[in-house]
Amino acid sequence: MDAIRIEGLTKSYGAVRALDGLDLTVAPGTVFGFLGPNGAGKTTTIRILTGLARGGEGRAWVAGALVTAGQRDVARRIGHLAEEPAFYPWMTAAELVDYVARVFGLAASDRAARVGELLELVGLADVGRRRIGGFSRGMRQRLGLAQALVNRPEVLFLDEPTSALDPGGRKEVLELIERLRGQCTVFMSTHILADVERVCDTIGIVAKGKLVTQASRETLAARYAMPVFELDAGPGSTDQLARWAETIRAAPWVDTVSVEGSTARVIVHDTTIAGRELLPSALRAGLMLIRYEMMRPSLEEVFLRLVGGSGHP
Amino acid sequence: MSPLTAAIRKEWLEQVRTHRLLISVVVLVFFGLLSPLTARYTPDLFKLLPNGAAMAQLIPPPTIKDAFGQYLKNVSQFGIVLALLLTMGAVAGEKERGTAAMMLVKPLSRGAFLGAKFVAIGGTVAVSLVAAGVAGYYYTMLLFQAPDPLRWIALNGLVFGYLMVPVAATLFFSVVAKSPAAAGGMAFATLAVLAVVGSIPGAGGYLPGALLGWAGGVMTGPGTTHWAALAVSLGIVAAGLAGGWWQLTRQEL
Repeated sequence: MDAIRIEGLTKSYGAVRALDGLDLTVAPGTVFGFLGPNGAGKTTTIRILTGLARGGEGRAWVAGALVTAGQRDVARRIGHLAEEPAFYPWMTAAELVDYVARVFGLAASDRAARVGELLELVGLADVGRRRIGGFSRGMRQRLGLAQALVNRPEVLFLDEPTSALDPGGRKEVLELIERLRGQCTVFMSTHILADVERVCDTIGIVAKGKLVTQASRETLAARYAMPVFELDAGPGSTDQLARWAETIRAAPWVDTVSVEGSTARVIVHDTTIAGRELLPSALRAGLMLIRYEMMRPSLEEVFLRLVGGSGHP
Repeated sequence: MSPLTAAIRKEWLEQVRTHRLLISVVVLVFFGLLSPLTARYTPDLFKLLPNGAAMAQLIPPPTIKDAFGQYLKNVSQFGIVLALLLTMGAVAGEKERGTAAMMLVKPLSRGAFLGAKFVAIGGTVAVSLVAAGVAGYYYTMLLFQAPDPLRWIALNGLVFGYLMVPVAATLFFSVVAKSPAAAGGMAFATLAVLAVVGSIPGAGGYLPGALLGWAGGVMTGPGTTHWAALAVSLGIVAAGLAGGWWQLTRQEL
């Protein structure tokens, strides 16, 4: 059984088509990165799957249960952390987690232990009795994760969990997500490629409300990214390097050439021809190379290629 | 513990922690105390003014009926203001901040979410009225004579029924409106319309305002009962809650 299954889901806001026949499946136990530029339909998908919004056409299942707005069957099986989690500022962290535990019907004997366990997990045990109103953004995000895990969810929805955090906060939240691997299915929407590369084992790329592709990170890179060669001509060769880049750009086996300082980055269509032609061409141009390397294609290159160069749908 | 019980507990805790309960009690107790004092000492206050002695002679000697009248007027008027202020942000504020979305993805039904708010705000109004009633009773006893306790309870019960109408109406508008201020404005306009319609001869006896006339009659002698007004008030409360629930279940958060 898939942890999440979406078939032909649509959603419109007036004339804007937020989801346009989205199809998606997420295997249980994976950390799924739902990647897309702003406005691609990521948050809308999560809002529909969690029952906060209604879809148009199509159907969706979460943990085997059909999703309908305001459902309680699905609500018992999921956890949800919004992009900017909101809490009751007058509550303490422990009270909030306790309140959520009461809503899930946890027995009094289990509640205190679960609250302590979750606050410990997210590193808020020592501030459990402090009011949430005084919490930093990073602390709020970690508290958001704690409240989303109260019911030991089968599927955990995280909407842009790190986008508002500083590097330290981001690191902490990503470490927490990594620790959840294998415990539940994590469906994480984001536009931060580095986060996806770090924690997600499967990636779905969405643009204009449609799934562009879905695969494991390695498969995606192998399938879509074109080989990249980097040449470093060292300081003092910048002008020479720029002139060479102009000539090589015209070659039919070259896709794009970018020059930054003394480094040229050449994306090619054909690795064999490039392997044969690129280095001799640079040497013929009189470049004194201090580095020549074929790079592993990055997720960013895959992403930009799939959703368009600007990264916007 | 059911999700509804958990939500009621949370709402009540919010009334206490955010000092809404305290403020509501202080305001109504103040006016509960002030009412018999105003009734008793108004002629004396006039005497302190220049040429006030002549004016004071024109005022009839204060009676316990004046204390009851002052109490009803003050507690109902400030009760409405409190009902509006306590309720207007109850749902609209949570939708605006995002806490409604956080809780409603969990197995807390929208009906329980709304019902818990009504119970907690109703509880705050009830506790405040009890405190105001005790204070008003004590000062009326000191300054005039002890009112009949059962009749006094009946008076406050009718005021409570009257105040539940603005609570339910404001709760409905708090669901419908996008901000607490808009909810308050809509509720105020609705209550103003009810007051205007209530002043039309013949119609007033069927509207919530008649409950105050009934409450006054309970204390001052054989008055008129207004069962129809009570039924209409309960109907408005029920319609406000049902309408709010219906709207909330259809809203996207």
